[in-house]
Amino acid sequence: MTDWTRSIATRLAAAIALILIGGGIAVTWAALEYGRRAAEEAYDRLLAGAAFQISRSVAVLDNEMVVDLPVSAFELLALAPEDRVVYRVDDDAGTTITGDGRVPVAKKRTDGAAYYTAAFGGEGMRFVSLRRQFAERAYVGGVRIIVGHTLRARSALAWDIARNALLIVVAAGVILVGLTVFAVRSALRPLRRIEGALLARDPKDLSPLDVNAPLEVKAMVAAIDRFMARLARRVTGMQNLIADASHQLRTPVSALRAQAELAQDETDPDRLRAIIERVHDRAVGLSRLTDQLLNQALVIHRSDAADQSLIDLRTVAMRVSEETDHDLASTEADLRLDLPEDPVLVQADALSLTEATKNLVNNALRYGTPPVSLSVRQIGKACGTADIAVADHGPGIPEAEWPDSGRRFARSAGADKVSAGLGLAIVNAVAEAHGGRLEFARLDNGAFSAALRLPFVSEDPS
Amino acid sequence: MKRTLGILFAILTACFANSGGRAQEAIIQLGPDKAAAISTLLMRGSTDIDVFAPILKGFASISPGLRIVYEQRGTNDIYDLAAKACRGGTNNAAGAAGAADLLISSSIDQQVKLVNDGCAQAHDSPQTATLPAWSNWRNEVFGLTYEPAVMVYNRQLIPPGEVPRSRFDLIDLLRSAPGRYGGRVATYDIEQSGLGYLFAFADSQQATTFGRLIEAFGRAGAVATCCSAEVIDAVAEGAYLIAYNMLGSYALARAAKDPRIGIVAPSDYTLILARAALIPRRAANAQAAKRFIDFALSPPGRRMLKKAALIVSFDEAAKAGSKILAGAPANLRPMALSPVQLVGLDRHKRKIFIQLWRSSVNRKTAK
Repeated sequence: MTDWTRSIATRLAAAIALILIGGGIAVTWAALEYGRRAAEEAYDRLLAGAAFQISRSVAVLDNEMVVDLPVSAFELLALAPEDRVVYRVDDDAGTTITGDGRVPVAKKRTDGAAYYTAAFGGEGMRFVSLRRQFAERAYVGGVRIIVGHTLRARSALAWDIARNALLIVVAAGVILVGLTVFAVRSALRPLRRIEGALLARDPKDLSPLDVNAPLEVKAMVAAIDRFMARLARRVTGMQNLIADASHQLRTPVSALRAQAELAQDETDPDRLRAIIERVHDRAVGLSRLTDQLLNQALVIHRSDAADQSLIDLRTVAMRVSEETDHDLASTEADLRLDLPEDPVLVQADALSLTEATKNLVNNALRYGTPPVSLSVRQIGKACGTADIAVADHGPGIPEAEWPDSGRRFARSAGADKVSAGLGLAIVNAVAEAHGGRLEFARLDNGAFSAALRLPFVSEDPS
Repeated sequence: MKRTLGILFAILTACFANSGGRAQEAIIQLGPDKAAAISTLLMRGSTDIDVFAPILKGFASISPGLRIVYEQRGTNDIYDLAAKACRGGTNNAAGAAGAADLLISSSIDQQVKLVNDGCAQAHDSPQTATLPAWSNWRNEVFGLTYEPAVMVYNRQLIPPGEVPRSRFDLIDLLRSAPGRYGGRVATYDIEQSGLGYLFAFADSQQATTFGRLIEAFGRAGAVATCCSAEVIDAVAEGAYLIAYNMLGSYALARAAKDPRIGIVAPSDYTLILARAALIPRRAANAQAAKRFIDFALSPPGRRMLKKAALIVSFDEAAKAGSKILAGAPANLRPMALSPVQLVGLDRHKRKIFIQLWRSSVNRKTAK
């Protein structure tokens, strides 16, 4: 790509130049044609006027045709001051009464005035031919009057008219170019302002731009604002992660170190084993915490960055079921699947959704009372929602804590100390990223249900 | 400049009394002779050699190596030769007379006709650009001089109070005293004199006075005659009292030497004739002809024309308090070089006009 294609001004200039050249050629042609026609019409009338005057001067006197050539006819013709003049008056027999007998006659015979162009005396000439009828005792018939002149005045007038028209076109073109330059400059000025606003801004400031922009540029400003909002979310997420990590990891690591220091000085094998037991517990807790933190980071990252695709919630449920079985093979807890026969489609990132559902299932298996069931449900038909819900028969989260349980480190009364309190926060984040929400419910049979409720996409593509 | 004064001044042929002849009336050669000349400029003019020679000499003095041949001919002669040469006829129609390089004729209608027939070539120069529109048509024919058509009278025989200042005065004079002026008013015979026809036709276009004027001429038994020189001589000698429509240049030249002659430029209107110069299309030495035109239009050339009375300046005459030229310069009517001049040449028009003239003015030829 060459440099000039990148400049709007250059491209506009090229386009306008093209239009002006094309238009200029068309207008030039039109102007020349118009000028030629106008000049022809004007001078044809002059010729005809002179010919009529001469025709009125023809009389029959003493059995003889006499032409008393009027001076005024020639004064009329002299209005084309640079042009040579010829005339000829014939009777019906074709005999030239007066004038130049070599003057060419019209090819077609018409009753009115006939105009024609022919070469005469080495120069192009325009002629008018007209007839006058006589009904005298001495002569019954007509006379033909031909008057012609050279084309200098016509060409001069035609060119004059065309030139004036062209001058106007050129002036219009210049004005157009000027207006275009002005328009391009003023159209691009908001971009300069945006550039200035962005450059002048504090690096940490990711708030929306406050720039006065025309409608066309507002879309771009909105895009920049959206981009900055996303950036702000991710920066916040990152900062949260770092804060969480430092806050969450410091205590267990200190505890581990304290236990390890105790073990260094301990000689009694029984107490040593008890310490190792505690070290192991702490390590397991730490491992889970790390998992959760990383999961949260992953989910938050994906919710903003990953492409969402059309997926079947039943597939998600089955994968969760498989992976949970695998993870919790040691526990005797049982996970029941409750899936509809038809696919339940949502627009989502499969990995985040699976991770979030896994968190719900793990919570139920860990803190709830069996039987735990994982169900997929479609609510409403065309524009409804779809649930992927986990239910158990334990006490669940007290209703008073429902609104807050999506927040980070909102540890429920039922949760143990190895929980980091991040599980539901991840679910909540995923729900929001998909335009849905986390719903808690106390079912009729006493079961506690936590559901990820997402907008449902109709299977029918129409 | 003096080296070109090796002028071969030869009037080879004496002046013919009648201009109807086919041969040249007179010829003059200037500059080096045929063998030594680099090129030759052949001019044909209706102006008398005596009058025109100073201008030719002036041009010769700035044109080294150029042989200038000036043939003085009648206007019809000039036209016929040029028309024949233009049609591609033999170049030697009149013996040695081939196609000329420059034609200067007082018959401006014939010159306009030559241009209208495409027999002239264009010349565009800073000098021609100074010409007013009426004395330049298509850059092909140029009015070089400025000569009024005047009334010449005998100062001894006409009392100052009776001198006609306008055509109205002339008409009244002829009506009031038919006896005194009977047979003693002269004008050109328009059938014989091209210039007379030109002036008379122009008069007929200018004013309704023309009808009354020729009627008065007829009643007073005006004499239609030929040739400026003879008419003016006759006025000086008292054979005629008034001569109407005489060419001012001749009259002024004579009046300067002869106190018996008085001149009036009619105050109702005064026709102005500019001798028309054109370069024939087939001119052999068009370059020299163009240089001559530029010379005649340049300030030195115009001074010489003025000195020869071929350019009459009314302003200067008035300033100098000239007693010779009287009349109001307010109504000068230059006869334009334009296609309008063709009307008078139309054979029907000419016939009608001459019939009108004949029916009013009794023809008397005074030779």
